Amino acid sequence: MATLKELSKQNELLTGGHRLCSGCGIPPIVRLVLRAAGGPGGATTATGCLEVGTTIYPYTAWRIPWIHSAFENAAATISGIETAYRALKKKGKLPGGDRDIKFIAFGGDGGTYDIGLQALSGALERGHNFLYLCYDNGAYMNTGIQRSSATPFFSNTTTSPAGEAIPGKQEWRKDLTRIVAAHKIPYAAQASPHNWADLSRKAEKALRIQGPTFMNVMSPCPLGWYTKPEDSIKWAKLSVDTCYWPLYEIEDGILKITYKPKEKKPLEEWLKPQGRFKHLLKPENRNLLDKFQARVDLEWQRLLDLDGKRI
Amino acid sequence: MAITMTKGQAGLTGNSAIAYAMKQINPDVCPAYPITPSTAVIEEFASYVADGAVTTELITVESEHSAMSACIGAAAAGARVMTATSSQGLALMWEMLYIASGMRLPIILTDVNRALSAPINIHCDHSDSMGARDSGWIQLYSETVQEAYDNLIQAVRIAEDETVQLPVMVCLDGFITSHAIENITLLSDEEVQGFVGEYNAKTTLLDIDHPVTMGAMSLPENYIDFKFQQSEAIARSKDTVLKVAEDFEKRFGRKYGLFEGYRLEDAEIAIVILNSAAGTTKVAVDELRKKGLKAGLLRPRLFRPFPFKELAEALKDKKAIAVLDRADSMNGFGGPVFNELRSALYDVPKRPKVVSRIYGLGGRDYKVKDAIAVFEELKTIAETGMVDTLQKYITI
Repeated sequence: MATLKELSKQNELLTGGHRLCSGCGIPPIVRLVLRAAGGPGGATTATGCLEVGTTIYPYTAWRIPWIHSAFENAAATISGIETAYRALKKKGKLPGGDRDIKFIAFGGDGGTYDIGLQALSGALERGHNFLYLCYDNGAYMNTGIQRSSATPFFSNTTTSPAGEAIPGKQEWRKDLTRIVAAHKIPYAAQASPHNWADLSRKAEKALRIQGPTFMNVMSPCPLGWYTKPEDSIKWAKLSVDTCYWPLYEIEDGILKITYKPKEKKPLEEWLKPQGRFKHLLKPENRNLLDKFQARVDLEWQRLLDLDGKRI
Repeated sequence: MAITMTKGQAGLTGNSAIAYAMKQINPDVCPAYPITPSTAVIEEFASYVADGAVTTELITVESEHSAMSACIGAAAAGARVMTATSSQGLALMWEMLYIASGMRLPIILTDVNRALSAPINIHCDHSDSMGARDSGWIQLYSETVQEAYDNLIQAVRIAEDETVQLPVMVCLDGFITSHAIENITLLSDEEVQGFVGEYNAKTTLLDIDHPVTMGAMSLPENYIDFKFQQSEAIARSKDTVLKVAEDFEKRFGRKYGLFEGYRLEDAEIAIVILNSAAGTTKVAVDELRKKGLKAGLLRPRLFRPFPFKELAEALKDKKAIAVLDRADSMNGFGGPVFNELRSALYDVPKRPKVVSRIYGLGGRDYKVKDAIAVFEELKTIAETGMVDTLQKYITI
């Protein structure tokens, strides 16, 4: 894997000057992934923060070929591009000659867990050669913080508001990484931008492996989490240290936890600074907090039980 | 699929002819999802792929939405792309149809016309393609298997013309044309290849030395300007349709225009109708002509863009016209072809009477006697100058 020094010397493939919010987790994730590709790449992005924030016409932040077509179809769009690549390569019609090109589809949690799940499943099953990267910030942030199936337990969103009768989102989040892994693709992983080395290593691997690969990356969102922009990376780290967002990979069916916190932090430490969980800190909601902690503990234990095993 | 040809002729269903034209065109990529009654197009094309008769990459996607999405991705990457669908499949593609045309991607789609649910029905009407009439796709309609085959080959040239750069939809009637065997004249593979030529996209996502951003967000500062350019492009595509038809005729002898007129020139009353039902109507015209009634037919081949000037010119001297729609706009004011044709006739000096008749929805038979009944009505309208019923359903 490239060192930080080497990575810093590479050209930026996503330039500065885009319109993503201060403290948004997406740009560092995308820049690390594009650097990890180590060669020419082409990308598509589902409708969402990344698309809106990087391409308002006539400007673009992308220095690689890039396309956006709709919300639910990033995986289908990349299927078409990757297939055209194979078709034109076979006919010797690639512009600039026969080169290896990496293809990446980016989508947020709404575009991936929810509306884009069918297209993703189809593309994984068909075995296209691409990396799908989901930046998971836990809600439809681009349109004003609406609940998605990735939204954390009890989170206050504009469509699951913490009200007098119902204290935020009532359902546990969808375990998309495991759903993707159930397609028996060669590689799936969870990562977080605070751990650049782990994220870069996983992206490098995902882009090197032939066939469909998947990364689910924690992406802090100051707007939707009601946190300070300068603290984003800190809260990304705490999501991992509380084991809410474990870092692991599933390679050829073997699950491996890539980071185990020396001391598992109480979930409350991660929830406390985030405005979306403010209501959970009220004394009368202690039972909800306990319930949330118990579920995190259970999921973490499930993962520990699988560590090193073929799943 | 072995096609047995005798002196260049073969008995083929509409679906087989479409699949065979696709084989001869040999597109780079074909993303497809099966749906009745267009399924056989994809099945037969899949067997051409499996047998190595084409070099096309087939993507058997998990939905029509993904089929059109993959078409868009592949076309943006510079591939020549074709697919086929029907009914609910086209409806599911609806969102992506607008994106394909808005991004100016020359994708070719065969729509085997079928009714839309509910109630669910697998038989022919034009609700599906009429539902997509404002999606920015060029639409060619086909009366026969021969015309569907010829239209598909011409569609490639129209879509890829550098003054057009728009997707094209070729429509033929479900079951009536898609499943009926007709003796048609096929071109040789060399003739088809020579006609469509090699496709080299000017802008492609695979040109990594010249990275492009496609599908950027466009705000009020420029959105309308993109739409203006698109509108201009589809309007001028009419000339390309004629230019391509002219070259087709020169090479292969079969003549196509924006529409077909049948005993139309001296007709006093006329039916305007799309696709296969025109054949039935022609029989009625012949029968009535024998009885001295000056009946005629106009069958639009190009519906998008709508050749309003040419149609108005062809119909301006008629006394009474019935537009028969195999789809209802559900607007309380007749079918889609009726609405547009009546509007096209607004500026002619002596406006003919124009009525709407909706027929054949969900595969209801349309027979010679039905056409004759409409002509009888037109005769009365022409004689009296009075319209009793402006719009109604027939064949019920």
